[in-house]
Amino acid sequence: MARVLARKPSPFQQAIQHGDVIWRIVIGAMAIVVLLIMLAIGWSVWSDSSQSRELFGWNFVLPTSDTTWNPVKDKYQAWPIISGTIVTSVLAILLGAPLSIFIAIFLSELCPHWLRTPANFMIEMLAAIPSVVLGLWGIFVFLPIVVRPIGEFLGNTLGFIPLFAGPIPASGSSRLAAVLILTIMIIPTITAVTRDVLRAIPVAQREAALALGSTRWETIWQVLLPASLSGVLGAIILGLGRALGETMAVTMVIGNNPVESSGSLLKPGATLASTIANQFAEAVSPVHSSALIELGLILFVITILLNMVARLLVYQVSRTMPMEARA
Amino acid sequence: MSAVTQSVPSTAVPTILPRGLIKSKTGHQRRRVVNIIMLTLTGLLTLVAMLPLIWVTVYTAITGARYINLNLFTQLPVAIGEGGGGVTNAVQGTIIVILLGMLISIPLGILAAFYVAEKPNTRLGFVVRFSTDVLAGVPSIIIGLFGYAILVKPLGTYSAFAGGVAISIIMLPTIIRTTEEMLKLVPKSLREGSLALGAPDWHTSLIILLPAALEGVITGIMLAIARGVGETAPLLFTILGNDQYSVPQIVQSGVQNNFSPVQILQGILVTPTDALTLTMYKYSQEPFPEHVQQAWAVALVVMFFVLGINIITRTLTARRAAAR
Repeated sequence: MARVLARKPSPFQQAIQHGDVIWRIVIGAMAIVVLLIMLAIGWSVWSDSSQSRELFGWNFVLPTSDTTWNPVKDKYQAWPIISGTIVTSVLAILLGAPLSIFIAIFLSELCPHWLRTPANFMIEMLAAIPSVVLGLWGIFVFLPIVVRPIGEFLGNTLGFIPLFAGPIPASGSSRLAAVLILTIMIIPTITAVTRDVLRAIPVAQREAALALGSTRWETIWQVLLPASLSGVLGAIILGLGRALGETMAVTMVIGNNPVESSGSLLKPGATLASTIANQFAEAVSPVHSSALIELGLILFVITILLNMVARLLVYQVSRTMPMEARA
Repeated sequence: MSAVTQSVPSTAVPTILPRGLIKSKTGHQRRRVVNIIMLTLTGLLTLVAMLPLIWVTVYTAITGARYINLNLFTQLPVAIGEGGGGVTNAVQGTIIVILLGMLISIPLGILAAFYVAEKPNTRLGFVVRFSTDVLAGVPSIIIGLFGYAILVKPLGTYSAFAGGVAISIIMLPTIIRTTEEMLKLVPKSLREGSLALGAPDWHTSLIILLPAALEGVITGIMLAIARGVGETAPLLFTILGNDQYSVPQIVQSGVQNNFSPVQILQGILVTPTDALTLTMYKYSQEPFPEHVQQAWAVALVVMFFVLGINIITRTLTARRAAAR
C-alpha cells in the first residue's frame, strides 16, 4: 500500500517537510516585519530627536508664557503647538462626538431599511475624501463662507472671553477653522465604530426594554448606550487620535503660527502635525529638524497610547474594526 | 387573554404604552414628546453630517470640471503667465509611487495576513494583529518623517523610492486586515480537504485558500490603493516635488547616453518626483490663479478616483454579501 502511495521523500524534503518549514519561516518573518516597522518608527523619531531633547530638555514641552519658535536663533519651545493641538482636537471631539453618536443611533436603530445602505454609504464616503481635497475646499470655500462669519459673530458677542478674543483674520485661517474641519473629519470614525458597537448588542435587550414600557428613546438612552459605553468611549478615543494626527486639512486652514500663545480660537495657531508639515522640508539647521522630529515623537507617543486604549476598549465589544476607523 | 391582545395589538408602536401603567398623564406626555424630539434629532443630525460631503463633492466637481483638460495629464508645468501646461510630472509620480507601494505592501501584507489568520491565538499572532491596528492609527505625517529618516538621509536625495516605501506603510494595515478577514471566511473544509490529500501547508495556502479569497483580497488592495493615492503627508519629505519629472524623458536621455537599464531605473526611482496630492497642496498655497485652477482640476481627478474605487468595492462587497 505504502509503496503505491508515493515515492519516499528525500532526506532534504523530509527535513523541510515538503517546504512547510520554509513557508512557516517566511510568513512568520513577514509578520515580524510588520511588528518591526512599528518599532522602527518609534525608534527613529526617538533617536532623531536626541539633539533637541538634550538641548532643551523638559522646557521644550512644559507650559510657559515666554514662547519662542525661532529657527534663526535656533531656540524652540513647543508649548503653544502642543496646547494648540490639544485645544483643537478636544473641541472637535466635543462638537463631533455627540453628533456622531446621534448619527450612529439613527443608522443602527431608526433608519428605515431602504435608507440604511445609502446613508451608511454617505458617511463612509465622507471618510474616503482625501484630506488634501478637504483642505483645498477649506481654503477657498469653507473659510470665507462658514468660518469667517462664525468667527466674526463669536468675536463680537463673546469677545470678552479670552477663548474668543477676536478679531479673526480676513482670510479666516484660525484655530476655529481647524476645529470645524476636524469635526467634519472625525464624524465618520466615531459614527462607524459606535454604529457597529450598537449593532453588536443583542436584540433581546431592546425587546426587554420596550416590553417594560420604555419609549424608543428611553431604550436607546438608558439601555443601549450604557451597554455599549466602553465601545463608544473607544470610538471617541479613536476619533481623538485621528484629530490629533490629522495633517493636511489642518495645515491648510490653521494659519501655522507656532508662537501664538493667547489661546484664542480666532487666532491662527499651529498643531504638532501642521508645524512638521509646514517646516520640515525647509528646516534650516540640524537643531530645527531635530526639534520638529521631537514634535513628531510627542505626537507618536500620544496617538499610540490613545490607539492602544481605544482598540482594547473596542475589542471588548466588537471583534472587528470597521474600515472607517482607520486614521 | 383576548381582551389584552385587543387593548395592546401586536402591531402597536412601542411608544404607545398600555393604559394605566403610567400614573401621571403629564409624565406620559413628556416622555412621548422627548421620544419624538430626540428621534427626529438623530435623523436631522444625520442630514447635517451629509452636508459637507455633498458640498465638497459637488463644488469640486463643478469647479474642477471647468479647468480640466487633456494637457493637464500630458504636459509638464510651464512658467507662470505662459498659460497652459499640465501636471504630467505629478500624474507619473503618483503612478510610480503607488506601484512601488503595491510592490512592497501586497506580498508583505498577504504573507503577514496568512500568519495572523493561521495562528491568531499565538502571542505573536495577537501582537501582530494589534500592531497592525495601531499602525493604522499612526499619523501619516510621522510615516513621512520615518521615510525621511530611513531612506532620504542615507541615500542623500529625496526619491520616488522613499515615497513608495512610505506609501507602502500606509497601505499595509488595510491589506493585512482585509486579507485576514477574507481568509477566515474561506470554509474550513476546503483547507482540510487539501491537507487530507497530502498537500503541504504552503500549497494549501497559496494554491487553494488564496484563490478562494481572491475577490476579497483584491477589494482590500483596491481600497489600499485609494488610500495611497489620496495621501499627501507621507510624501512631503520623501519625494519633495519635482516640476520636471517625466519618465519618457528620463528613458530617452538614458538611451541616448547609453546608460544601462539599471542606471535608467535609478534615474526614475532615485530622484525627487511629484504627486497629484502634493501638487494640490503646493498650488493651493500659491497666489497664482492658474495654479489654483489646476489644483481644482487635480482635486476632481483625485477625488473621483478615490471615491470611485470606494464605490466599486463597496458595491461588489454588498453584492457578495447578498449572494451569500
